[in-house]
Amino acid sequence: MNFDFPILSFMIWFPVLGGIYIATQQPNRANIKIEALAISIICFISSLIALAYFDNDTAAMQFVEKYSWIAVFNIEYFLGVDGISLPLIMLTTFITILVICSGWNVISDRPHLYLGSFLILEGIMIGVFASLDAALFYVFWEAMLIPMFLIIGIWGGENRVYATIKFFLYTLLGSLLMLVALLYLYGKTGVFSIESMHNVQLNMVEQKLIFLAFLLAFAVKVPMWPVHTWLPDAHVEAPTGGSVILAAIMLKMGGYGFIRLSLPIAPDAANSFTMLMVVLSLIAIVYIGFVALVQTDMKKLIAYSSISHMGFVTLGFFTVFWVQNSTGSWADAVLGIEGAMVQMISHGFISGALFLCVGVLYDRLHTRNINDYGGVAEPMPYFASFMMLFAMANAGLPGTSGFVGEFLVILTVFKANFWIAFLSALTLILGAAYTLWMYKRVVFGPAIIQSVKELPDLSSREMLILSVLAVMVFIFGLWPAPLIDMMHPSVNSLVEHLSRSKL
Amino acid sequence: MSLVDDIFIILPEITLVSLTCIVLLVDVIRKDITLTCCVAVLALLITLGQLVAFFPKETNLVFFDTFVSDPVGSYLKIFVCLSSIVALVYAYYGYQTSETKSSEYFLLSLFAVIGMLFLISASNLLTVYLGLELLSLSLYAMVAMDKNSNLAAEAAMKYFVLGALASGVLLFGMSMLYGASGSLSLESIGVNTSVGDGKDLVQIFGLVFILVAIGFKLGVVPFHMWVPDVYQGARTPVALFLSAAPKIAAFAMAFRLLAKGLAEFSNDWTLMIIVLAVSSLALGNIVAIAQVNYKRMLAYSTIAHMGFLVIGLVSASSGGYAASIFYVSVYSLMGMAAFAALLLLPNSETASIERFKGLAKSNPLFSFFILILMFSMAGIPPFAGFWAKWFVLKEVIAAGYLWLAVYAVFCSLIGAFYYLRIIKFMYFDEPKNDDFNTLENSAASILFNLNCLSILMLGLFPGLLMAFCTKMILMSGF
Repeated sequence: MNFDFPILSFMIWFPVLGGIYIATQQPNRANIKIEALAISIICFISSLIALAYFDNDTAAMQFVEKYSWIAVFNIEYFLGVDGISLPLIMLTTFITILVICSGWNVISDRPHLYLGSFLILEGIMIGVFASLDAALFYVFWEAMLIPMFLIIGIWGGENRVYATIKFFLYTLLGSLLMLVALLYLYGKTGVFSIESMHNVQLNMVEQKLIFLAFLLAFAVKVPMWPVHTWLPDAHVEAPTGGSVILAAIMLKMGGYGFIRLSLPIAPDAANSFTMLMVVLSLIAIVYIGFVALVQTDMKKLIAYSSISHMGFVTLGFFTVFWVQNSTGSWADAVLGIEGAMVQMISHGFISGALFLCVGVLYDRLHTRNINDYGGVAEPMPYFASFMMLFAMANAGLPGTSGFVGEFLVILTVFKANFWIAFLSALTLILGAAYTLWMYKRVVFGPAIIQSVKELPDLSSREMLILSVLAVMVFIFGLWPAPLIDMMHPSVNSLVEHLSRSKL
Repeated sequence: MSLVDDIFIILPEITLVSLTCIVLLVDVIRKDITLTCCVAVLALLITLGQLVAFFPKETNLVFFDTFVSDPVGSYLKIFVCLSSIVALVYAYYGYQTSETKSSEYFLLSLFAVIGMLFLISASNLLTVYLGLELLSLSLYAMVAMDKNSNLAAEAAMKYFVLGALASGVLLFGMSMLYGASGSLSLESIGVNTSVGDGKDLVQIFGLVFILVAIGFKLGVVPFHMWVPDVYQGARTPVALFLSAAPKIAAFAMAFRLLAKGLAEFSNDWTLMIIVLAVSSLALGNIVAIAQVNYKRMLAYSTIAHMGFLVIGLVSASSGGYAASIFYVSVYSLMGMAAFAALLLLPNSETASIERFKGLAKSNPLFSFFILILMFSMAGIPPFAGFWAKWFVLKEVIAAGYLWLAVYAVFCSLIGAFYYLRIIKFMYFDEPKNDDFNTLENSAASILFNLNCLSILMLGLFPGLLMAFCTKMILMSGF
């Protein structure tokens, strides 16, 4: 393959610089929205180019860029993608376009700053997925908090200050222990390259401590029970665009961190902590599912549903060793990780779409309370059908992308332990219950507020956003093979790495 | 070495002393604050130029081993001069906008700089003491300069009494070291002891007193009592000066005395420093949350930062010293900028943190730079403050104090809260009343922008300065 253009750097720095440019413009200049959209589309196109040139047959890092950054510590500006990170980068560039569109007419307070923050955030998030140097990864990982802090704090709801400070401190709490773990690993290896950290020999105590440090960082991000409490607050208070980015991409960083750092660096600890991780995942799936059932705020309900769905991701990742023990083959373990990855991508689309749907309603009536609605189907038939689709996808209806990931994960878990699989499969019913019940109360039935009857249906902009998402939900639901093919070599090599004990 | 060579080595100090006398004359004759400031800045620039031009490549002891010239000393002196120049320009702006025009400020700060230069280069207990006293006496006077303020008088009194006490304690410690070793030179106070002959007990006893004085000058818990009062009572330009260069000098004193003079006792002083660091990090960060006065908040933040700074000394290795030097350089940039942010607002003596409310609406660029500054102080990448913490943490983990690193990051998590609160005021709140107009561009605001940009650039490319710090330490033989 001959591809010399530093496309990853371009995808990181072009939106960052573009965002700075947008943020320094006059607030009310007409063109800034179009310029911001253009920047995000260019970024998406470059990710498509990267996809076109991506070699599906190898687990090696591609589009690698490597320069010395801080020579004293052997910190490198080291970028590259494999089949695990590229889909997440695609998701990022894709969702950012929708987010910029969704704020088009809604944001009136300092729109230049709003658009600029999202573009900068996009660049930083791509940086997290693309960096192969732990120090660079960490810098992007924390820098990401800054634009999100501002987005929730400036454009959020009533209780936004509480929510955004909670979000910031919670996430920082997790990351700081990761920092200590990374510095400790640096002491062992003398470099910050993630690859050499994968191969360093560690004894069990070291592995366990490192695993727990990483666990806190990533569990907060995913989020796993019991460190999930920042998420409902942040989601409810964030503006629609912020919620979408949070649910669709930021939560995936936790999952990404697990398979990029936790599992390969401390495989034996991951093995010994399997029980803990499975229990935490199950609590997230089952208990948080029940919590979602009783919510009266639509955004909160979807937030809890996100936590519950992310439980499948962690379940898929951490049953690897169990599956191998009970079936004796690593092939099934591969399936579990792939299922979890598909679940991450698909959840990005579905939760993003659901938050956008809530945003559509909120822009019209300025309430998120489920009981204030009812009878939306009559004035807004198109909206009702779109939301139906996404609600079904959230419930895991076959044919939508929500089904594929959960099915693969449950299938794998069955091979490890019947009861765990049984329990997690039961929550598909629970998921259907809380999603469809909310849908019923909002969309069907008599209108509670009279003004509901005069609601305008989707504008062409909203229609476009939702249909693009609907297409994606169907594509990955009906034909997930390209996605799985893309990640297969990388997941294979990951599992192969896991099969070698570090002790 | 001939006398000419000796004189050549302390040429920057000699130059600064003579130029300070000229500033004194200029101030007496013309009574023009602009002129005084210009000459003072010029004097510092000339000194800075000499320091850069005659940057030593090796360690030289001159004047009967009382004065040392080595790369690390020159590096710290350059930073002292640089930050003093910046502080003087800020202060000029501050005095221009207020009614009281105190041109003594510039004179006193020059004397303080002379004291700092000698303190940094001290290689003898007497030089340490002389440099320190010249510095401290100038600072007491600067704090007391605001004649009409009760708070300033109280602060100066407190500072003076406690400072004098610390000096006394320092002298007491020095006399013990002298008694045990028979020497005043930093080269020999620690070396000529054989463990177990009873003399080392006297030396450790002396070390304790010396550490108390160092703790006082740095402002670490439990010797921090003066810091909040002095920061709050002093006028903003004075507090600005206090928060940058004197911290570098105080660190240099700690560095010379501990790493050079008492290196043999590193097992003893690392333990003591851990106690200082642990208590400073906790108290500084937690108490800062409760502050409603911006200057007081910065005072507690300084205490926390100094706690982090001394952690670098804990490893007692060249890497740790380099980390501390990097930290103090970055801190001096941030500390100055933090006070300058207040100074640039109208009525800079009203220091309630609520003053920042809604600032982002009227002054987006200014608020953006304060945002960079606050995130940098909180230690969030990609700003310089993050790398300073990173460097220190890396060294302390390498030295095997994993728990201390974990403790330090948790304290900085607590610390993040009060920095975030300033950002919250600026960005999330509505302006309290409409007294915020767009601040006009002045030399000081441009300097502030440059100051914050340097924090950002150091955050993106910290490698050069880190490598430089590491090299200085090794070249100076630590």
